[in-house]
Amino acid sequence: MAWVWFHKFGSPPHFYRLATRLTPWVAWPALLLGLAGLVGGLGLAPADYQQGDGFRIIYVHAPAAWLSLMVYVVMAVSAAVGLIWRMTVAHAVAASCAPIGASFTALALVTGMLWGRPMWGTYWEWDPRLTSELLLLFLYLGYMGLRNAIDDVPRADRASAVLAIVGVVNVPIIHYSVIWWNSLHQAPSVMKFGQPTMPASMLIPLLLMLAAFTLLFAALLLTRARGEVLRRERQARWMLEALGGGAARGGPSAKGALVGPSP
Amino acid sequence: MNLAHFLAMGGYAVYVWPCYALAALVIGLNIAAARRSLRSAQRAARRRLEIPREAGTP
Repeated sequence: MAWVWFHKFGSPPHFYRLATRLTPWVAWPALLLGLAGLVGGLGLAPADYQQGDGFRIIYVHAPAAWLSLMVYVVMAVSAAVGLIWRMTVAHAVAASCAPIGASFTALALVTGMLWGRPMWGTYWEWDPRLTSELLLLFLYLGYMGLRNAIDDVPRADRASAVLAIVGVVNVPIIHYSVIWWNSLHQAPSVMKFGQPTMPASMLIPLLLMLAAFTLLFAALLLTRARGEVLRRERQARWMLEALGGGAARGGPSAKGALVGPSP
Repeated sequence: MNLAHFLAMGGYAVYVWPCYALAALVIGLNIAAARRSLRSAQRAARRRLEIPREAGTP
C-alpha cells in the first residue's frame, strides 16, 4: 500500500492535480488560525510579569523560527528522496522550500534582534543559538546560489541536494544550542517534555500562530512546487490538459510523464 | 482598554510593531513570489508545448 502511494505521489500529473486541489484547504485555515492567534496574542493574552507587552514578539518570532527549522528538514528529506529514488517531484519540493525557508529564517533573526534589544540590551551577540541560526540563513542562501549557478535543472537538483543533506546537521545544533551551551537565549517554552512554562492564555495564541505559519508554508510550498514540477517536465500531454492548452492535438509526443521508482 | 494604550504596547511599541510589520511583509512577499513563480512556470510550459507546433517543427 505504501508503495502504491509512493508511486502516485511521485507521478508529476498526480502531484500537480493534488497540489492544486489541496492549496485552498491549507491556505484558508492558515488565514483563520492566524487571525485568531493575532487576536489572542495581541489582545487577550496578559502582559508578561517580567517582559510586559514586549513578550508579544513571541507570536511572530517563535513561529518564524519554527518554520526556519521545519522547512529545512522538509527540504533536506525531499532532496534525499529525490537523490536516492531519482524522483523529480521530490526535487521540485526541495527546490521550492529554499526561498520560503530563507525568508522566515531572516524574519526569525530580525524579530529576535528587535526582541533582544530591550530584553538583553543588545541587538546581536555571537551566541550559540544566534550564530547557528545565522548559519542556517547562509545554508539556505548557499543552496539557492548553487541552484542559480547551474543552468541544467537535473544537475542543479543533484548538486543542491547534497548541500541540503550535509547542512541538516545544523538543525539539531540550533535546537539544542540553548541546552548544550550557556546562551542568552531562553530554553524552549513549548517544544519540550513535560509542562509548558506558560499559562494557557499565552500558550493557546502561540499554538494557533504555529499552526497558521505551518499551514501557510504548506500553501506556499504546494504553489511553488507545482511550478517546479512544470519546469522539470518536457512535452507531456498532461501539462496541456492541466494548463488548459486544449486537447493534445497529436503534436508533441505525449510520452509517459511518470517519473518514479520502478519495482 | 483604549487604542492609544494598546498601541503603546507598555512602552515596547518600537520593538513590537516593527516585528509584526516585518512578519506581514515577509508573508505578503512570500505569497506574491510563490504565485509569480507558478505563473512564470506555467507560461514557460505553455511556450514549450505550443510554440514549436505553431512554428511547424516536428
